[in-house]
Amino acid sequence: MAISVACIRGVSVAILLGLTVAGCGYNNIPTYEEQAKAKWADVQNNYQRRADLIPNLVATVQGYAKQEKDVLTAVVEARAKATQVKIDVSQLTDPAKLKQFQDAQNALSGALGRLLAISENYPDLKSNQNFLALQSQLEGTENRIAVARRDYIEAVRVYNTELKTFPGLLWASTFFRSNKPMAEFTAGENAQTPPQVKF
Amino acid sequence: MAAGCTSLLLARGGLRLTIACIALVSTALALFAVNFPALTGRIVDQANIIATDTRNSIEPKLADLEVKSGIQFVVATVTSLEGQEIEPYANELFRTWKLGEKTKNNGLLLLIAPNERRVRIEVGYGLEGTLTDALSKVIITNAITPRFKAGDFSGGISRGVDDIITVLTTDASEWQKRPTLRLDNQQTSDPANWLLIAALIALVTLLIVSPGFRWLFMNLVLNIVFNSGGSSSSSGGSSGGGGFSGGGGSSGGGGASGSW
Repeated sequence: MAISVACIRGVSVAILLGLTVAGCGYNNIPTYEEQAKAKWADVQNNYQRRADLIPNLVATVQGYAKQEKDVLTAVVEARAKATQVKIDVSQLTDPAKLKQFQDAQNALSGALGRLLAISENYPDLKSNQNFLALQSQLEGTENRIAVARRDYIEAVRVYNTELKTFPGLLWASTFFRSNKPMAEFTAGENAQTPPQVKF
Repeated sequence: MAAGCTSLLLARGGLRLTIACIALVSTALALFAVNFPALTGRIVDQANIIATDTRNSIEPKLADLEVKSGIQFVVATVTSLEGQEIEPYANELFRTWKLGEKTKNNGLLLLIAPNERRVRIEVGYGLEGTLTDALSKVIITNAITPRFKAGDFSGGISRGVDDIITVLTTDASEWQKRPTLRLDNQQTSDPANWLLIAALIALVTLLIVSPGFRWLFMNLVLNIVFNSGGSSSSSGGSSGGGGFSGGGGSSGGGGASGSW
């Protein structure tokens, strides 16, 4: 025989060892990391989607409420700042960067909230079809952002847990020493105070 | 893997510790487990507000929609949102039921919570371009909530379903006859068959020839058995006659809500 039994045995041992190692969780760390990065891309996409809706919204409101220049300018500026802060997937392990991103988006949320609040004072604007459509699109986008954030937080939780628990801990300290835990969203200050309900 | 870790815990002198751990985990799980109704069919009327003849007129429309375009449209009413807002509740329910085909995510959920007076259309990822948020809101505001305000739940739901199906079927990209029926996809290609047979022959030969291989093989099988917890291959949507089940799709929070 050209290929000896010992050779076949050696090759099959090698293949099976590889498969067993894969079964022991070696693949988990890179898999979870990629999943978390994909979820982050979703989050950023949805925030970008919200930013894209804003110029149209500002134009519509301006048609009816030109005198509210302060609020409109505030929204435009907040949007510009928010679109400037982008997080590359390699920066996801940096909590400070994530906080910066979150703060910029929260500022935009605040400015948008004020804009929608003052729109309540203009009945013509409130009944404008374009404005209603934009409002529903904004609500949808805010909901999508909430869902994407929940998915991202879950993916990060799974990844960080894998880095810290057995047997991921073994792989993390040997082959994946450069992998650090990913940062999570911090609850905003306005999330801590309950909303005031006025009748 | 789980069995190995449990045996490790037990060995380390803690039957007490193990029980405490299991209790903690199950409490945590219980806190998150909302009681979703089971997906018994295309219309899940837990709150019992849909009249029988309305149900009988809507159900064939929903079945027909799936046959023609693969879209899984489910109408559900719940007695309680269990303290949640309708948006996260609807999203979680959609994902639990896995509506829509896994690759296309073309699922749709019309959720009514009459006790909290909220209604939501939750749209799967794949349908967000067709049934946009704005359109969903228009349908809710014009077709559904006025009728709900007057107490006509069946009428509102029926009209809402009609409007949604109109939107979905008017857009040609969603309304396509599916090229092959699921039942016909049984034949596998010939080369794949031969490769499989050759691999099996090689495996059996090695098992006979080498005792070391046998030992490694059993080890591998045990590993796979313990690790195959997570992934599950989802079957397709409803088959010809009987049961209805979700096709593995998901939703990202698209759609619109309303109240009356």
